[in-house]
Amino acid sequence: MSFVLRNISVRHASAKRGDSYQALNEVSVSIEQGEQIALIGPSGAGKTTLLHTLACAHPQVSGELSIFGVSPWKLSHAGRHALRARLFLAPQTPPLPPRQRVVTAVLAGCLPQWNIWQAIASLIRPAYPDAAYDALARFNLQDKLYSRVDRLSGGERQRCGMARLLVSKADAFLVDEPLSALDPMLAQQTLTTLQQEAENRNATLICSLHQVELALRCFPRIVGLRDGRIVFDAPRSEVTEAMIAGLYRNAMQDEQRDVQLAPAPIHVSC
Amino acid sequence: MATLVTLILLWPMLIASEFKPWILLDAQSLDATWGFLSGFFYPAHSREFLLLILEATWQTIAIATAGLTLGLLGAIPLTLLATESMSVSLMETGHMRLSGAIVRQTARWLLVLLRSVPELVWALLLVRIVGLGPTAGVLAIALTYSGMLGKVYAEILESSETHATQSLLKNGGGRLASLMYGALPASASELVSYTTFRWECAIRGSVVMGFVGAGGIGQRMDESMKMLAGGEVATMLIIFVLLVACADMVSTYLRKRLG
Repeated sequence: MSFVLRNISVRHASAKRGDSYQALNEVSVSIEQGEQIALIGPSGAGKTTLLHTLACAHPQVSGELSIFGVSPWKLSHAGRHALRARLFLAPQTPPLPPRQRVVTAVLAGCLPQWNIWQAIASLIRPAYPDAAYDALARFNLQDKLYSRVDRLSGGERQRCGMARLLVSKADAFLVDEPLSALDPMLAQQTLTTLQQEAENRNATLICSLHQVELALRCFPRIVGLRDGRIVFDAPRSEVTEAMIAGLYRNAMQDEQRDVQLAPAPIHVSC
Repeated sequence: MATLVTLILLWPMLIASEFKPWILLDAQSLDATWGFLSGFFYPAHSREFLLLILEATWQTIAIATAGLTLGLLGAIPLTLLATESMSVSLMETGHMRLSGAIVRQTARWLLVLLRSVPELVWALLLVRIVGLGPTAGVLAIALTYSGMLGKVYAEILESSETHATQSLLKNGGGRLASLMYGALPASASELVSYTTFRWECAIRGSVVMGFVGAGGIGQRMDESMKMLAGGEVATMLIIFVLLVACADMVSTYLRKRLG
């Protein structure tokens, strides 16, 4: 088991003490090592918070969380930080400093494995330019190896952030909307690369997506999240159009239940 | 109305500070000023004087550079202790662990202590301890400047975009390494420009400290002032201007390189 969540409630990362609004509410889910899961749901459903919780980025208010068989928040400070090295969280906006060279930004994925002297040495002279090159090549960015991050386009930055994921030694990839800045062709290509990498090293891949069609086409298991709760958690073959429509119906339609819904047609093919 | 109130409030202060500008226009003062200032033309430029000044200038630059380097040795560790962007517990829960908070606060207090005593005061104290000469100047600059550099470095790092650093921390990167890969690229040129500006200040500071016997061009200037040798003072002032202009050029060059 790579992740087991039992009745997890989480407050928003930026919430003040005493603010009782919960971004995740009594979420229970278990995820096997090597599983590939798409996380879908409307904006503000708690997808990012769930990914952050799985990455031990912030603690739950209540419930039990187990990652690779241990409860991260019962570990020591150092133990928990060592656990984080096995989890790779890729935020939605690529976390790349604009004035850094692409090769350095990609190799930053190796930081958990390096001691401080290796890290400093690699700032001056990149330690494994070949590894960075190979990682970038899988996203067709190999010729950007020595350019600066601020010379990249939005989509290139996003893929550069994914290249960092490839050089990391993580056993679980928690990827937050990796395709938001990519055109449909690149989106498919990028997703395929991510899935192949996860499969090759038997890593768990959890990916939040807004492209429902792509999620249904490429992921065997779909988790639908809404208002901080899991609405459905099913294999792709069991996800129906009505379930998707229910997941995305907006609050206004909630109030006017008599208004007939016209769910967008979904083409499931694979 | 506001002007009137300001004037009424200012008046006692002017009295207390014995602010009497008309003394400047007194015949006797004008005479003395004229005598001193006319001495400024022409600046002294005899060969032996220039050699003497060159050596003193070199000593001043050496005091400033050595002082700043020593200051950096103190400032960098204190910066790393004081800056909040390296706190893992802050990233996790939004507030710091008690132990972390205590260490950070102590580092901050130490920085306040170091920079709240002006370098001139440190120099006066140190001249008593290590005797007249450049050593006192170097140590005085190192003490004050480690406080200033540490504070400003920590603020520069904290005010830079934290997303990159935080993200590396969340992926299990070490604190120092995350800071260097996340925040440093964005802040490097600001850090360098502030450091060269402080180097410029250290040159000025070491001149002032020369007046209390800490060596360098300041000590020479003190002597020339006391002898009312305007020409010599003028030469030294010109050298100051050149030094500051040089520091400015170094800063511009370095920032372009890092741009």
